[in-house]
Amino acid sequence: MCCTFAEKLEEVLLKEVIYLMQKDFVLEWRQKYAFNGMLLYVGSTVFICYLSFSLRFGGLEVPVWNALYWIILLFTAVNAIAKGFAQESRGRLLYYYSVVSPQGVILAKMIYNAALMLVLSLLCFTFYAVVIGNPVQDVGMFLVTIVLGAVGFATSLTMISGIAAKAANTGTLMAVLSFPVMVPMLLMLMKMSKNAIDGLDPSVSLDEALVLLAINMIVVTVSYILFPYLWRS
Amino acid sequence: MKLSWWKWLTIVLLLYTVIMGMLSEVPRLAILNETIRNLYFHVPMWFGMILILLVSVVYSIKYLRNPLTRNDIIAYESAKVGILFGVLGIITGMEWARFTWGEFWSNDPKQNASAIGLLIYFAYLILRGSFQDHQQRARISAVYNIFAFAALIPLLFILPRMTDSLHPGNGGNPGFNSYDLDSRLRAVFYPAVIGWTLLGVWVVHLRTRLEVLKQRFYENA
Repeated sequence: MCCTFAEKLEEVLLKEVIYLMQKDFVLEWRQKYAFNGMLLYVGSTVFICYLSFSLRFGGLEVPVWNALYWIILLFTAVNAIAKGFAQESRGRLLYYYSVVSPQGVILAKMIYNAALMLVLSLLCFTFYAVVIGNPVQDVGMFLVTIVLGAVGFATSLTMISGIAAKAANTGTLMAVLSFPVMVPMLLMLMKMSKNAIDGLDPSVSLDEALVLLAINMIVVTVSYILFPYLWRS
Repeated sequence: MKLSWWKWLTIVLLLYTVIMGMLSEVPRLAILNETIRNLYFHVPMWFGMILILLVSVVYSIKYLRNPLTRNDIIAYESAKVGILFGVLGIITGMEWARFTWGEFWSNDPKQNASAIGLLIYFAYLILRGSFQDHQQRARISAVYNIFAFAALIPLLFILPRMTDSLHPGNGGNPGFNSYDLDSRLRAVFYPAVIGWTLLGVWVVHLRTRLEVLKQRFYENA
């Protein structure tokens, strides 16, 4: 006997997660319009900000630049991840229900959403920096913040989108349920990215980074435990 | 009228809190002056809110393990009473801040955190409203309740320790040690916490009985 039962179970779960993620990426590739739609959403939001702050003369002040970036990202995340569960048809969900474990589904969705958010937020940063200007002094640290932010947004919004998809008015509920839950994360992220923009030493942001990781752990664990109950309906 | 012992205890403790809270000697401190009496009314609201929301989460967990309508009703009613305590806590806090900090709302981290905490539970009420099916409503709102409470933990216990605030007892510890040392305050404060929390439990108890009876009535009607 090489493996215990728990190890076997883990192996099965890992396989499920990989399969489900592959399926999500393939689906995304086949429905490129949805992804392109998200890109256009990011692009036009940035451009609207550019126009409405009439930035042709002089840039934005640093705190405003920072806040605006994260708010754009927050709305993008809510819109991008809301479709995660809503796009799955009833029949397909029923099919998953009979073949894979719920833990596999939620983990795969989280990882997939994190990847999606990572791409979107990096593109958003690039476009934002080009159009509005780039005051960031410590780009490496800013990228680390973006990675933490993308993963954090993805994990907490995945569970919320699962909840909201079950209810009648998904769009409103998604925003209402997720904003208060995400505020602690957003505050930490803004502080961290402000430090990165000002070029402070990375050790200053260590506290924030640890809290963000802790919040992520809480969210992932709770989602992992709760999702099976959500799925049963 | 026959009341069980803890209801009498609630009445006695609250009478004691109100009378002693208004009349007893308090330490004379600069700026705070008589507003220190708010310790007996404002702080117990938050204690009560946390405890009653904890009850709500516990019954949500219970519902997921054992889907009885009663568990769902208790979770819902205690969430509502928790919100009531939270609103009262914010109002008493704002009134106090008006006299000590000069403004009702001065963008203090504690004020913001409590407002966000309330938003989470308002969202819970909205979520409950958007389901037709009873069982689905009960289960999914239980899931959100637990999830939101877990998300509330960093908001209540980690962030306040990382930011500066005008709120008493700040700078590393969001407690109230500097006042707590005074035994005269303590003699009223602890009974006040127990009394207000028991009052909350009483309200939940009554509302739950009413809802259970209503359910039974509709089932038989």
